[in-house]
Amino acid sequence: MIQGCGAIYHREVLILQRRFWRMLASMAVSPLLYLLAFGYAMGDRVMVAGYTYTEFLIPGLVAMTSMTQAYGIASEINISRFYWHIFEEFQAAPINDVAYVLGEVLAGITRSFISVIVILGLGFIFGVSLGYYSIWFWLPVLLNSFVFSSLAVGIAMLVKSHSDQAMVNNFIITPMAFLGGTFFPIDRLPPVAQKILFFLPLTHASKAIRGAAFEHHANLYSCLLLALTGALFFFIAIHCVNRAKD
Amino acid sequence: MIRIENLSKRYKNIHALKSISLQVAQGELFAYLGPNGAGKTTTIRILTGLTNLTSGKAFLNGFDIEKQTLDAKKQCGLVPQTINLDQELTVYENLEVHGCLFGMPARQRAEKILELLDYVDLDDRKDTLTKNLSGGMRRRIMIARALLHSPRILFLDEPTVGLDAGIRRKIWALIKKIQQNGTTIFLTTHYIEEAEFLAARVAFLDEGNIVATDTPENLKARLGEWAIDRVSEDDMKTQYFKTMEEAKDLSRHYEDSFTLRRVNLEDAFLSLTGKTVK
Ligand SMILES: Nc1ncnc2c1ncn2[C@@H]1O[C@H](COP(=O)(O)OP(=O)(O)OP(=O)(O)O)[C@@H](O)[C@H]1O
Ligand SMILES: [Mg+2]
Repeated sequence: MIQGCGAIYHREVLILQRRFWRMLASMAVSPLLYLLAFGYAMGDRVMVAGYTYTEFLIPGLVAMTSMTQAYGIASEINISRFYWHIFEEFQAAPINDVAYVLGEVLAGITRSFISVIVILGLGFIFGVSLGYYSIWFWLPVLLNSFVFSSLAVGIAMLVKSHSDQAMVNNFIITPMAFLGGTFFPIDRLPPVAQKILFFLPLTHASKAIRGAAFEHHANLYSCLLLALTGALFFFIAIHCVNRAKD
Repeated sequence: MIRIENLSKRYKNIHALKSISLQVAQGELFAYLGPNGAGKTTTIRILTGLTNLTSGKAFLNGFDIEKQTLDAKKQCGLVPQTINLDQELTVYENLEVHGCLFGMPARQRAEKILELLDYVDLDDRKDTLTKNLSGGMRRRIMIARALLHSPRILFLDEPTVGLDAGIRRKIWALIKKIQQNGTTIFLTTHYIEEAEFLAARVAFLDEGNIVATDTPENLKARLGEWAIDRVSEDDMKTQYFKTMEEAKDLSRHYEDSFTLRRVNLEDAFLSLTGKTVK
């Protein structure tokens, strides 16, 4: 079990190493654009919840990017499954489905952490330094990555082609990235919208991450919700791997 | 040892395998022959755990592929029909990941990888990205990879498809060498001469049914030893004879052109599947 998971993770790390600088550069692009566009445009003049907009934006970008990067493994798995057929190499190996899912999820979490560090570095350049040393900042980052990499594995197993994958991303991930409390506080939205957004894991992740970054606030409730969602997606993913056999 | 009992496989509306039974002995080189779409890859995918079977049973060295899946998988190495190397990794890294997947300890892994790269004659390509290898090299790397964890059964799905004659011979020699080390080999091919050259026993698969299983010699002997092909305007007729004299006697009366040759495995296949005009 550990051995199988280690092998899957080892492969992903080898690939990460090969692409490291390219990957770092590409991870920096969209946060940099957001910081330039929103940060300079609204910058210090616009205050949200007692903070400058740039300060408000950075924890939101952390939540959003940890989601997109963790979820990004879906496309990777997809390409290796339908295009390179590497997934068959894993299927033929004597490892169980749990080991496979765990290895991929760990790879997703690794990518996510690297991207978060990139954002914090960019934020630093923009003169923003918040409460990053708290465990309550990193725990929701971890749980958020866990939720979305588990979701990614599940979906990568369910879709039948690469274009299906792109469609799922457009319908689920992109809307969530914008609405999950990343760019604006959701308590400014109408109550109905707030109720709906309450069900998005990203809403809880941004709330918990921002709370810790601003006030070293421990948001146990959001963390618990993320952990439960992650566990659910993880088990669904295991089931999906088993079903991907045909 | 491979044992297959009444194995069948149904994709949604395609009956790919229709209750096949088969046994391959330890150390045997067995060829599984059939035209495109006969179900060769499907059989291998089921045996190696890539696809679920619909009904029937199969055992690899006594391990039930459904109930003792992981043990069954440890018995076998697979060289799939489509190249599935990690293009972004080097030759060495590809093999290393495979060794990890099969739980080989680091030292043993490192030693065995170098030994096998030498064995397939690619030790100088250790640090090349696999995307920069030629087709024949990729095949040989896939064979090395499949052998890395010292499997007792090796599945080769069309190992020489798309390769030139020189590389094909090289791979044939490699396959023979592997068998001489005591590995059971299950090989699919639609090149009849490949089966004839390599295998001790062959099975003919046609539209999901096994139509015959025997040694190439016995299968050919069912028809005779000599064949005459006569080409007429719209088709080709083949007749079979026990002896060359018999064939010559008859051919004396032919007016159009014909070829006299030895019976080959293709004749046996065509006559068994009824796909010939007799
Ligand atoms: N995943 C699948 N879904 C549906 N049908 C499939 C699938 N895989 C194979 N088939 C069908 O099963 C039949 C047998 O296919 P298979 O790939 O086993 O043939 P093959 O003997 O390996 O052929 P080839 O020589 O072309 O490799 C074919 O009719 C094919 O269309
Ligand atoms: Mg095939």
